[in-house]
Amino acid sequence: MKVAIIVFPGSNCDRDMHHVLTDVFHLESQLVWHTDELPKNVDAIVLPGGFSYGDRLRAGVIAAHSPVIKDVKKMAEKGMPVLGVCNGFQILVESGLLPGALLKNTSLNFMCKWTEIIVKNNKTPFTNKFKLNQRIPIAIANGEGRYYADAKTLALLKKNNQIVFTYAEKVNGASLDIAGISNKAGNVVGMMPHPERSAEQIINPNDSKPASLIFESLLSTLGVTA
Amino acid sequence: MSLTPQESEYLEKKIGRKPNSLELQIVAAEWSEHCSYKSSKKHLRILPKEGKRVISGPGYDSGVLDVGDGYVVTVHIESHNHPSAVEPYGGAATGVGGVIRDILSAGTRPIALLDGLRFGDIEKDHHAQWLFKNAVRGIADYGNCLGIPTIGGEIEFDKCFTNYALVDVASIGFGKKENLIRNKAEKGDYVVLIGGSTGRDGVGGSQFASDKLEAENRSAVQIPDPFIEKLVIEVILEARNQKCIKAMKDLGGGGLSCAISETADALGVGIELDLSLVHTREQNMSPSEIMISESQERMLVITDLKKLDTLKKICDKFRVPYSVIGRINSDTLMEVKLDKNTVAKLPSQIVANAPLLDRPSSKPKYLSDIEQVKKPKVPQDLSQTLLRMLSNPNIASKQWVYTQYDHEVGIRTVVKPGNDGAVLRLDNGKFLAAKIDGNSKHCYINPRDGVMGCFDEACRNVVCTGAKPIGMVDHLQFGNPEDPEIFWTFKESVQAITDYARYFEIPCVGGKVSLYNETDDGPIKPTPLIGVLGLIDEKPLVPKKIENGDLLVILGTTKDELGGSEYYEYVHEIVGGKCPAVDMESSKKTQDAVLELVQQDIVKVAHDCSKGGLAVAVSKLCIMNKTGCVISLEKIPSEKLHHDELLFSESHSRFLLVIKSQDEKQTLSILKQRGITHACIGIFSDKDIIFKEKTNAVARVRVDKAQEKWLNSLGALVTHG
Repeated sequence: MKVAIIVFPGSNCDRDMHHVLTDVFHLESQLVWHTDELPKNVDAIVLPGGFSYGDRLRAGVIAAHSPVIKDVKKMAEKGMPVLGVCNGFQILVESGLLPGALLKNTSLNFMCKWTEIIVKNNKTPFTNKFKLNQRIPIAIANGEGRYYADAKTLALLKKNNQIVFTYAEKVNGASLDIAGISNKAGNVVGMMPHPERSAEQIINPNDSKPASLIFESLLSTLGVTA
Repeated sequence: MSLTPQESEYLEKKIGRKPNSLELQIVAAEWSEHCSYKSSKKHLRILPKEGKRVISGPGYDSGVLDVGDGYVVTVHIESHNHPSAVEPYGGAATGVGGVIRDILSAGTRPIALLDGLRFGDIEKDHHAQWLFKNAVRGIADYGNCLGIPTIGGEIEFDKCFTNYALVDVASIGFGKKENLIRNKAEKGDYVVLIGGSTGRDGVGGSQFASDKLEAENRSAVQIPDPFIEKLVIEVILEARNQKCIKAMKDLGGGGLSCAISETADALGVGIELDLSLVHTREQNMSPSEIMISESQERMLVITDLKKLDTLKKICDKFRVPYSVIGRINSDTLMEVKLDKNTVAKLPSQIVANAPLLDRPSSKPKYLSDIEQVKKPKVPQDLSQTLLRMLSNPNIASKQWVYTQYDHEVGIRTVVKPGNDGAVLRLDNGKFLAAKIDGNSKHCYINPRDGVMGCFDEACRNVVCTGAKPIGMVDHLQFGNPEDPEIFWTFKESVQAITDYARYFEIPCVGGKVSLYNETDDGPIKPTPLIGVLGLIDEKPLVPKKIENGDLLVILGTTKDELGGSEYYEYVHEIVGGKCPAVDMESSKKTQDAVLELVQQDIVKVAHDCSKGGLAVAVSKLCIMNKTGCVISLEKIPSEKLHHDELLFSESHSRFLLVIKSQDEKQTLSILKQRGITHACIGIFSDKDIIFKEKTNAVARVRVDKAQEKWLNSLGALVTHG
């Protein structure tokens, strides 16, 4: 069982994600440079946070045209679990794997703080260990984190159960307080908050148990018994 | 922007001829105050630099401390004051970039940033608001993009910084001892310039920074590009892993001139370089522009023929531009060519070592009576005074600032901004605590006691996390050193830092001097800044939730030391009075006692008592825990003081400890045994913060009201401004 963590120029949460997957959850993970081919024996893909291409033009838009994205799309179509965190979410949106857009926060500032999100879909590969409406204390850190979609798209997201996480408080002005969504099939999930910053007790000032369920869900999806 | 007549004469004598104009520019850049430390160097020699953890090596731009198990921590501090005063966004951002490259130069990965910011009166001065907002945004945009967490810092507002800005940035690195760059070079090795292209930005920046800020010299301000810096970091660390780097130096003040001369001098070799090979941002740049441009995001790497191809491949992978600009020679000259023609040829030892100065100093006249001021009348309503103090921008929460900084990336941040010191976890299971502190108000009234207080405060903050101080850096910021009175305050500060560092056995592992910090209205107040690193072997003290019935214990004596206090300056607009002084012996004893109590796991929260005094320190504890507290003023160990003095005196060496009521006996007996002045002065309960004398409430505020003032006051000044 192997997870590929895609590294773009400017990714900066790649090593954090690698540490959590490998050292905390004992899942074999590999950093894959964006111009390299996806290794053959990969079972899941993570697009980590950061500032790919320095957020030039628009967060995630240049990375969405990286060579590796073709492979990611292929695997996503085949149903492989794909998780995009923060800038990874922005890249998934820009590459068309997820609908909508991520805009500047209403505060117009970068915002790094702890908040709570609520699980709205516990059927995805990254949420199957949660109870519905379970709350997760989690770290957020972004400048362009306000999820936006038009009314029609939002209606579809609701109808197809694609809203995975919402914020428990008003955080950045996101449509329907969305913190994370999935594609229609449910295997591709994007979220602005950082589960890799929240799954270890020593750095989580609140409660690390809920955030660690995101990774335990993946373990269970991949058939790894913890 | 040139040499003094004496320096010209010295140079001609040393090289035996008249220098040409390019040579003169190279030397002028390197002999600027900013690069050469010509005024300060002689005096800095007294700082204790040795310690059992200190690793020193040739050409290190940062301090290196051994933290055990084969790991090292590196630390450095820099400022970017002149550029930030002109262009706060770019100035502050490139300040971050510069100090990070110093950490990188040692071969370590930057893992944290701290910043100290100073501006004019933020409540009234719109220009100060503009400088503040943009400096914060510059730091945020740069540090966040790099993925290096900004874990702490401090902010001060004072009229002496009107139309000016002090932007100090400290960075911490971490790595394996075996990966430290050895800094050795042999004849025939290649000199490679890696990173951003060399442009016309920042030309003459170090000379600009070595003079009074008279004109808005925008071309001397560098342009930030954090994306390139991020790639440069990854290139350098991968090159380090693949053993491609024999020696390395970052390009900062003085650009190529400094980097080449200092590298050649430190390594005892010659360097021959060809300027036509340098990748430039624009065409037709003159040799002198290339030599003294301070364009950012550049590193100078020395490698050998065997590794040159690997290094090129790594740069190509990250699409980072580079140019092989020269070779190492066996002589000790720096020879600058343009194609085949030699355009400058100088002994690097001469260039890298400016003739040092013996500047005259004399005690400033204003100091003779500044400690004598008439005491203000005690305010009728001390509750209102306390609320005013909590909304004072120097005291109010800095949340508006630190939430704009990514302080979590890297997943090391255990104790987060907003507490006393920040704590990072290290890969060997230990923890590193860090804090920087400065106080221009204290240092103006008494340079010696002031800076010692800053040092003590930084130590106390680190101790509050359970860490033992292991090293310090200083950043000495003063006005024009040619003024003997200013120079006296500089010398006085260095002596005080030395005395404290020796007594506490904390080695000085790095530092920086920034002079000529002058505004239209005169020099800034003396503003030395002290950064302290502490190490925790087992587990840090992460502040625990305070509950009803928990007790408040104070350590140390509250004295009649209101000079330079926020209470005098903000509430009464009094500049003067007795500056708080550190009693090193009792301070050390107190710090050791706190560490023991933390180790025994009987402390729920340890909090430093400093700016704003006891009343502010207690209020902060209450606000962060949304609880009230009843404090008995008559129990506080103190000199004979009025109520306002008791509440707001900023006497040093005081700690507040929160303990469970059942631990009272044990705590007090340990403190008694160790001979520490202490008292249990309060109990946490309900929703009111009450300071009472016997049964009379002297000041009383609701915790939610205190919280509203403290949390929002600073942000409100700039959010809609």
